[in-house]
Amino acid sequence: MTTTSIQLDRQGRLLHFLTTEGLSRRHLTEILDTAESLRGVAERRVKKLPTLHGKTVVNLFFEASTRTRTTFELAAKRLSADVLNLNIATSSAVKGESLLDTLRNIEAMQCDMFVVRHEQSGAAEFIARHVKPHIAVLNAGDGRHAHPTQAMLDVFTIRRHKPDFPSLRVAIVGDILHSRVARSLIHALSILGAGEIRVIAPCTLLPAQVESLGVQVFHLPEQGLRDVDVIVMLRLQRERMEGALLPSEQEFFQRYGLTEDRLALAKPDALVMHPGPINRGVEIDSRVADGPRSVILEQVTNGIAVRMAIMSITLGNHARPDGEIA
Amino acid sequence: MHILIQGGRVIDPAHQFDAVTDVFVAVGRIAGLGQRPAGFKAERVIDASGHIVCPGLIDLCARLREPGLEHKATIASETRAAAAGGITTLVCPPDTDPVIDEPAVVELIRRRAKAAGHARVLTLGALTHRLRGERLAEMAALKEAGCVGVGDGGRPITNTRVLRRALEYAATFDLTVFLTPLDPELSHGLAHEGQVSTRLGLPGILAAAETGIIARDLELIRDIGVRVHFGRLSCARSVELVARAQAEGLPVSADAAIHHLHLTENDLLGFDSECHVRPPLRSQRDRDALRAGVSNGTLGALCSDHQPHESDAKCGPLGDTEPGISGLDTLLGLSLRLARDHGWPLMTLIERLSWGPARILGLPSGHLGVGAPADLCIFDPDASWRLAASHLRSRGQNSPFIGWELQGRVTHTLFDGELVYAYEA
Repeated sequence: MTTTSIQLDRQGRLLHFLTTEGLSRRHLTEILDTAESLRGVAERRVKKLPTLHGKTVVNLFFEASTRTRTTFELAAKRLSADVLNLNIATSSAVKGESLLDTLRNIEAMQCDMFVVRHEQSGAAEFIARHVKPHIAVLNAGDGRHAHPTQAMLDVFTIRRHKPDFPSLRVAIVGDILHSRVARSLIHALSILGAGEIRVIAPCTLLPAQVESLGVQVFHLPEQGLRDVDVIVMLRLQRERMEGALLPSEQEFFQRYGLTEDRLALAKPDALVMHPGPINRGVEIDSRVADGPRSVILEQVTNGIAVRMAIMSITLGNHARPDGEIA
Repeated sequence: MHILIQGGRVIDPAHQFDAVTDVFVAVGRIAGLGQRPAGFKAERVIDASGHIVCPGLIDLCARLREPGLEHKATIASETRAAAAGGITTLVCPPDTDPVIDEPAVVELIRRRAKAAGHARVLTLGALTHRLRGERLAEMAALKEAGCVGVGDGGRPITNTRVLRRALEYAATFDLTVFLTPLDPELSHGLAHEGQVSTRLGLPGILAAAETGIIARDLELIRDIGVRVHFGRLSCARSVELVARAQAEGLPVSADAAIHHLHLTENDLLGFDSECHVRPPLRSQRDRDALRAGVSNGTLGALCSDHQPHESDAKCGPLGDTEPGISGLDTLLGLSLRLARDHGWPLMTLIERLSWGPARILGLPSGHLGVGAPADLCIFDPDASWRLAASHLRSRGQNSPFIGWELQGRVTHTLFDGELVYAYEA
């Protein structure tokens, strides 16, 4: 069974949200439209909806993350759910209880949704295969594989500014090799019919046969950024310098960093995006990050509405009597 | 014990023999074919009509987990599974715990196998002390203790100077060297580096991790004249390199694991930990080249690469699981399925499972000549059946082939002239 099929019920409705790969445009549009309707909640005097009242959401983070966890927590709380945050260190040196044991224990606390982040690709899917059928699993990042809620908030942000996807040219710049954000975003953009998706990176930061994902490959921003509508910069992890992938941060910034000069190659109204947290002076110049084309903080705001949408859709599908959740 | 195997189709690749005839077994040896030897009084008659009678299978790589990992399996449990699979000889690589780098470990394994009595267990000694790739193991003593060869035990030697000396030293004592080519620096990944690893976000192991090491090793052995066997090849290019070396007359042989002839990288989609193996499952093109290599003889043996695991070892996200497939139970059934689907002659297939590996090891068995050890496998070639977990006799239940249709069913296995397995429906 593939990842795509395990996240859907027999009617093709989302039970879990593990990856954007293989979903239909209808699935993504439903999430985007729902998020749009939920976006107003934050501007109300009482920032809460009763949708998930009485439900318990567990943030199960096996990999440190403050930002993503916080937005999931906020999304759940705005839907009136009870939230439990569990940070489980998984240093390979300390072999604790198995993932399955951890899972069984938390399941026994009668929760309704697991939001999972794990350093191993496929971890969220593993959990979805092993949880009790009434529990929804949301992937908050698994290894290099997928980060589908990030991809959805990215396309949500793009759609608010540039709703005509077929005419859209998007460039994703930086460490594609290790990026779950890039993989999920590429799938989401292709499903929504984006005109052209480009990746820009040195050969060391591109996965094998990356073209098979349906992208155009560029090795230099001078070529790849020309006339694009959206630029998505990826975070560069410091560890990459030691892995013989890059000589230095300075050289990376000089060749690939998004500066005002490079931004000028793109369309005049191009959006600058970044999944955060940003490394100023490594992948992006401060003037660009804080400049008028940057929608980086808007992405953060939108992340809450998008996660609220995904939570209410998946848990809603679990609640249906004909949901085929066995 | 005198055993008469009556009316079976006897296939003996060593003698290119294929005919319906009787086999006479007496005191552990093949006593006659077709003609009843003088003084032969059958104490037991096995009706083999409609069945194939062939040499017992010889498996070039089976990890029995003893000594060291008895929670996974034991020599007794795995040799019993081997017997049920028609396998009468198993080669145990040196990466046990303790490592097979001193005669005492060889002796221990021999004693345990003898006590179990289900199959012959042969050992490969370590090329280097503790398999660390730093200093040579006492290979002469290991040979004297009974090791049929020496090897890297799945931990390739990175230091080329040490490897060169190890090969030279092995040549001195006429030992065949069993190498598993996979560059440690290039093989931290979990999947073949290609479209599937890119989609799944799994760190990749590129084909050059294997072919680069083979190319290096072939250059090294050119002047040493040592016999080298490359185990568990996974890439099309590797088969080409070995074929070219053989054509040049280098004393080089190679094998493939049966799962590499059936599965590809696509079987990892869905992060199936049962398909987590090393070397990784590669592309369809690689799989097809391995099939061709086995068919044309570049790869002289097919093995199970048996690696039984407890269920916890396979339960988790792919990267947290251990590699390997429990393969003794399915070696013959998967091989016969290949032969059926691709029209391979049974003679060829049985050769790769018996006489081929026997020659690589320099064994007196693997054939049905009069006087040979009476290691025999009798199977019904027409039975096809669906593999269920309950069929696996190995303690390791880790198999991606559960639910697959297998071809052929072992009905009897004779080891050293004794009936060690008989199928009961």
